[in-house]
Amino acid sequence: MSDLHVVTSPATLDPASPLAVRGLTVSYGEKPALFSLDASFPAGAMSAIVGPNGAGKSTFLKAALGLIPRVSGEVTIFGHDVNRARDRIAYVPQRASVDWDFPTTAIDVVLMGLYGQIGLWRRISGAHRARARACLDRVGMADFADRQIGQLSGGQQQRVFLARALAQDADLFLLDEPFAGVDAATEAAIIEVLKSLKAEGRSVVAVHHDLSTVSAYFDHVLLVNLRRIAEGPIATAFTADTLSETYGGRLGALQIEGLALVGT
Amino acid sequence: MATFLNALFLQAGYNAALVALGAALLGFAAGAGGSFLFLRKRALVSDAVAHATLPGVGLAFIVMVALGGDGRSLPGLLLGSAITAWLGLLGVEWMVRRTRLSEDAAIGAILSVFFGIGIVLLTIIQSMSQGRQAGLEGFLLGSTAGMLFQDAVLIAGGGAAVVAIIWLLRRPMTMVAFDPGFAAARGMNVRRVDLAMVGLVLAVTVIGLKLVGLILIVALLIIPPVTARFWSERAETVVWAAGVIGAVSGWVGAALSASAPDLPTGPIIVLISAGLFSLSLLFAPARGVLASILARRAFQARVHRRQGLLALSRSEPVHDPLTLRILRREGLMRADGVATDKGGIASTRVARDERRWSIARRLHHDTALIGRYDGLTPIDEVFTRDEIAQFDAGLPAAEGV
Repeated sequence: MSDLHVVTSPATLDPASPLAVRGLTVSYGEKPALFSLDASFPAGAMSAIVGPNGAGKSTFLKAALGLIPRVSGEVTIFGHDVNRARDRIAYVPQRASVDWDFPTTAIDVVLMGLYGQIGLWRRISGAHRARARACLDRVGMADFADRQIGQLSGGQQQRVFLARALAQDADLFLLDEPFAGVDAATEAAIIEVLKSLKAEGRSVVAVHHDLSTVSAYFDHVLLVNLRRIAEGPIATAFTADTLSETYGGRLGALQIEGLALVGT
Repeated sequence: MATFLNALFLQAGYNAALVALGAALLGFAAGAGGSFLFLRKRALVSDAVAHATLPGVGLAFIVMVALGGDGRSLPGLLLGSAITAWLGLLGVEWMVRRTRLSEDAAIGAILSVFFGIGIVLLTIIQSMSQGRQAGLEGFLLGSTAGMLFQDAVLIAGGGAAVVAIIWLLRRPMTMVAFDPGFAAARGMNVRRVDLAMVGLVLAVTVIGLKLVGLILIVALLIIPPVTARFWSERAETVVWAAGVIGAVSGWVGAALSASAPDLPTGPIIVLISAGLFSLSLLFAPARGVLASILARRAFQARVHRRQGLLALSRSEPVHDPLTLRILRREGLMRADGVATDKGGIASTRVARDERRWSIARRLHHDTALIGRYDGLTPIDEVFTRDEIAQFDAGLPAAEGV
């Protein structure tokens, strides 16, 4: 069954790909969360990582960034080891990962994205502040610059995180469930910013949970459930077949037909 | 009183002035350094570190005596305390990393074991011939008695050095405290930054052993940051404000204890900072207890006012005593329960607002705007006048894209 979608591992990782992995296995204790995964995301495109809860989607991003140790496998960012490409990556973690009572304002959070340019000791100049404000403006949050982050709504918090990533001026944006628990206006604002990043030639890879918007938002998809189920352009990889293999019995046949572009 | 004022303004003699300066610098270093652990939610690590200094003090004394010294040299004792404190800290880290124990359990284990060893060593030292006058118990609660000029210089210099390092590392430490995942993704070595945070606290503890003592130094590391948090929503401000609060506590505490020979320095310093904490807890704007009670009251009044006006608009009787009180106090309702002219206008306006909201919620699709309906927010704070006019006409408003 699954042999249909398993491509043999590539001999080398594509140096042009903003994020490529080969044979990636990550394990919490002795239970692998990802097993021997291969993936190669295209440059200048918007890619989604899709799969059921616990399929290893967030784990994939964290392992790619080297935030959690991998048991085996290789990861390259634009053909380089991740540690040599840090400045080219902007990462937007899941919203739930921080303490919202932390004493910091929206603009302070965005300024953290600029620390790479400001350096550890130099004073934060007016130019830095202006740049942080411009990033907030791009996500429609300029009016909230001086709000403590806990006083923002979930969608606004997510936009501030995106603004911090924008401040990094990266070539690859990795987002972990950017649309989880946000309102429709925020979702529209975020997708517009992501599309503008793509128009500038940057690459976006997002963990995404809403199957109904995958084909509208993204160009490329990785379906994952412990292993890679399918990967490629939406038209070929996001099909009724691959979806039912990814989600098993969790999705009804009718539901799948409504979602997938091409049924086989 | 006069002696206290003299001490406060450094007029009580050279030594007392030096002690006050040292205590202020130590307090600043403790407040600012403790802030990062507090923001990282690891404040209690400092307790393990502090208690783990005691065996070092005892061992250092024994070693120095064995080598033919007199054993009371402060730098030697502090070096010993730093070594065992570091071992205790590594013990906590190791347990958390290698076992399934959580950090609080590891802290409890290290703290009590190291303190136990320390007390045993002090008892042994008591039985040594050189141990009687060693005065090592002073390290438990701190004392300025028998403090030498160079001891005070050591404390002041050490405090200043710690403050300088905090300033250098403030950005990575803030970043790791707020969002360690993001910091790691940027290539920061989170473990090393964490060690730096605790290392600074360790340095403060060791420097402050003589003056404040190992049991109470924890208070000086935790109370000023918690106090500062009441006053600011920005990490950088919290850090430096905590420093100032610690410095004031150290200065005033040292002056107080210098003015009355029987007052112990450490406890007085801690009590001063606890006093500042209590004031902040009660009276800080926005985050203080008083402010939140007032805000709650004001909110409750708004709810009751709105509910009462809606009831008036429907000509329903109002029963809730608080609602009645609020409506009458504002002149919206007569004593007999009938709306005044002013109350009539206000209730009509509230009823119209509700009606507009219900149309808006049916017609408008932008959940961010519709989501702002909470029964209290007037619709003209959310929608433009043109949109409201369209709601009045029963038409869907054009959605701004």
